[in-house]
Amino acid sequence: MKVLIPTPLRDYTAHAARVEASGASLADLLADLERRYPGIRFRMVNEQDRLRPHMRVFVNGVAVRDLAARLGPDDEVAIVQALSGG
Amino acid sequence: MANPGSSSAATLTRPEPGTDEARGGSAARRIVVLVATRKGAWIFHGDSRRASWRVDGPHFLGHVISHVVLDPRDGRTLLAAAKTGHLGPTIFRSTDLGRSWQEARRPPAFAKADDGQGRAVDHTFWLTPCHANEPGVWYAGTSPQGLFRSEDGGESWAPFSSMNDDPQFRRWMGTVQDGTPDGPKLHSIIVDPRDPAHLVFGMSGGGVHESFDGGRTFSPLLAGLDVVEGFDAADPTFHDPHCIRICPTNPDRLYQQNHCGLYRLDRPDNTWRRIGTTMPSEVGDIGFPLVVHPRDANTAWIFPMDGQTVWPRTSPDGRPAAYRTRDGGERWERLDAGLPREQAWWTVKRQAMSADRCDPLGLYFGTTSGELWMSADEGNQWRSIARHLPEIYAVEVGEPA
Repeated sequence: MKVLIPTPLRDYTAHAARVEASGASLADLLADLERRYPGIRFRMVNEQDRLRPHMRVFVNGVAVRDLAARLGPDDEVAIVQALSGG
Repeated sequence: MANPGSSSAATLTRPEPGTDEARGGSAARRIVVLVATRKGAWIFHGDSRRASWRVDGPHFLGHVISHVVLDPRDGRTLLAAAKTGHLGPTIFRSTDLGRSWQEARRPPAFAKADDGQGRAVDHTFWLTPCHANEPGVWYAGTSPQGLFRSEDGGESWAPFSSMNDDPQFRRWMGTVQDGTPDGPKLHSIIVDPRDPAHLVFGMSGGGVHESFDGGRTFSPLLAGLDVVEGFDAADPTFHDPHCIRICPTNPDRLYQQNHCGLYRLDRPDNTWRRIGTTMPSEVGDIGFPLVVHPRDANTAWIFPMDGQTVWPRTSPDGRPAAYRTRDGGERWERLDAGLPREQAWWTVKRQAMSADRCDPLGLYFGTTSGELWMSADEGNQWRSIARHLPEIYAVEVGEPA
């Protein structure tokens, strides 16, 4: 499936904005991203397997926070970082 | 990963017996000043007289950098504790003074808890190179409070000691609600230069703790320290050490800047003695940074701040000054030559003041307003060497190999 990578994480993807990855769940997808781009998962998910603050994931435009959420091969996943303040 | 910053390196180190440092050598030294800020890191390279400084940076622009330290054991390995507003915490490592950086393969992280209640590292706050006899070993202190160790020069980190998950330590640590505004911290990780099994650290909040068995067990080291009025001084929960330093030439002596004053401890005594009561009453003995002289255990510097009423955390009366003792804290002298005389409302954070090892010794501090100051004569005269940086979190000095 296609995954949109936000700018703060593009150092891990050789600056690619969109990458291909796979997984039957969001957890699987993040694990696959980690295999392809070592180090990227821990910047998004903490050691207790919770998405970090300001980290948003949208699947086909719908916000998802549960890593167990199911994914299909044609889903479009967007990782977005929401930060405010100076 | 790709270099997220730009180019170059450093830390105060303890002198090894018989070395040039122990003799107070003043041969031309190559000094770098490592500045960690809320929005990146900068490296200032001094000339042989510490008269002019070449700036290198920003490294990691936009990243929150809590600490940058050069390994004094090899003069090459540079570690930077980083996170951003969005991204989780990590450690970057360089062996070429910042021309390239590599991310740690396994950054500090707590153990996964099966009950879903486990803690997560928000940021690594403090980095300490370990003993000279343990090359490549480092300690890290985090927020929330955790102690971690690397045995491969910062490549991979593991929880160190049982204290991270010990129920009693967890109670002493309190919650995020109890800690400093940007999170409770484990800091001031000290390795006795005579014995790597003798360790000390501080927790804000949670007190001072000491191990004699290489970190297998830690015990509170609190006797003599005050706590805020109305609380139980016997409970580590209520203790807030701001900065603890060991004297390189006399490791039996510790100094401590605490939320409740300034203290000294001389072993084998186990009771801290308040040494800040001789500070001018209009300034007080509250602050964060503390620097000890690398060759004289009686000489130390502090940078007081306003800790009255609502804790403005500014220079007292808007008139910044360092204070120096040359007799172990019996007397203090004000050092403000060259600093603003009035209306300067910045202060200096606990990691943002350091010394080099030259003779005369050089002092460096960074301000919450993004100014970097130095003195080439032990604090007698100050001058600004950088302005308009982001808020400065840490300043360390190093000598590249």
